[in-house]
Amino acid sequence: MTTRVEDWLAAAIADAERRGMPELKPLLEALARSTAALRAADDATRSAPGDTHER
Amino acid sequence: MSAEPDLRRIVDVGPLLKGGRLSPVDLVSGCLAQIAARSEINAFITRTEDRAMEEARAHESEIRAGRYRGPLHGIPIAVKDLIDVAGTPTTSGSAVPARQPGTDAPSITRLRAAGAIIVGKTNLHEFAFGTTSEESAFGPVRNPHDLSRSAGGSSGGSAAALAAGMCFGALGTDTGGSIRIPSAACGTVGLKPTLDEISCEGVVPLSTTCDHLGPMARSVADVALLYAVMKGVDPVPPVGANERLRFGVPRRFFCDRLDPGTRDALDRAVDALRNAGHAVDDVEIEYAASTPDVYLHIVLPEASQFHAPALERFASSYCPGVRIRLEMGRYVLAEDYVRAMRLRTLLTAAVDRVLVGRDALLLPALPIAAPVLGASTVDLGGSPEPVRAAMLRLTQLFNLTGHPSIALPAAQTTDPLPRGIQLVGRRSATERLLEIAAGVELLVR
Repeated sequence: MTTRVEDWLAAAIADAERRGMPELKPLLEALARSTAALRAADDATRSAPGDTHER
Repeated sequence: MSAEPDLRRIVDVGPLLKGGRLSPVDLVSGCLAQIAARSEINAFITRTEDRAMEEARAHESEIRAGRYRGPLHGIPIAVKDLIDVAGTPTTSGSAVPARQPGTDAPSITRLRAAGAIIVGKTNLHEFAFGTTSEESAFGPVRNPHDLSRSAGGSSGGSAAALAAGMCFGALGTDTGGSIRIPSAACGTVGLKPTLDEISCEGVVPLSTTCDHLGPMARSVADVALLYAVMKGVDPVPPVGANERLRFGVPRRFFCDRLDPGTRDALDRAVDALRNAGHAVDDVEIEYAASTPDVYLHIVLPEASQFHAPALERFASSYCPGVRIRLEMGRYVLAEDYVRAMRLRTLLTAAVDRVLVGRDALLLPALPIAAPVLGASTVDLGGSPEPVRAAMLRLTQLFNLTGHPSIALPAAQTTDPLPRGIQLVGRRSATERLLEIAAGVELLVR
């Protein structure tokens, strides 16, 4: 089961605040946008040439 | 006898040393004097004057006695302070307690055996986790061409030292461009070899699957000599490839946003190659736009994993910007790391495909001139872009794919700051890339 990006982001921000690092929030939000893009690229490249990973 | 270390290449001074017309003592003295004279550049963290002079005298005697070791015998070099040199701390540019190595990294052992003399350990972006060399516990490295600007990074001290004539060769590391970026910013030459070709043993890791160790110098021939010794083969300067070559220029994603000087340098390089009879065509690397996302999801967690114990104990000793990026890496999910590693294999195959029937790729090494120290964004094409993202865009793909890449200076007339072009060769064909680069160097400067 895949962790949804928005669930991950909410948990990550909460953890960062609990650890006294609220300055991480904008970086985690940027990372969440990158993670969404990564997942979209992963989905879009199934059966792409050069894919040696078994599924 | 006077040495002019800022004006000469290893391949120029080597024969003079061999013939006794130049002494290693003069050469090392000249470099040490230059380090002292241009201390404002802040290129060095540790200087090893006493040992360097002692070794220079010993090498002078050895050469006089007819025991010349080869083209690096008596050559002063500098070492990025992320690499272990026995008897000197490996600070990594950080206030976090340094490693105190009792042995040299294997590449250092080989360079010493070839007769190279280490004049010091160079400043860097803390733990190699940045592109400007300004987040360092020892202060920022300044660009010798303009002290208000960055030397690039993370191997900024090594490139600045070369540009300012403080050494003849240097070692750097490259996880996303950290050899090629400062080489472009400072107008020097830097080689990222094929992935895993040169051992990273004795080097503080950033990303264990993307880290590369490589040489930096003031010419392709010099870089080739250092590379050969680091690899453990006989050092012979490359003969520039003289057959008709075919180059591919990956324009989309890589060349969409370049500053005028960089675009001018690229255009001039393309024209120079065509005028010399070489073929140059545009290529497209599939999935290239995914590179920053793939890179982020591999390098962040790998760096955070290595630094986790030190972050627990010495968090306040890290530079704030480096610390926060390392903290961010703790949150990358394993499933996304695996996705990134899968996409990495696709990117590797995509670069392999565009190199079929071509000798090398040609693109800039850096889309901008060296940025002003303290700048957080650069203006490219009328829109601001974070400095770090812009500086990594043209280099980080080849850390993921492992293809050998070299940055070398390229002429342009827009402004006085250096620009660098980059050549990318086939995997495990670094020597061939150096032959190609030796020919290109003569055409584009």
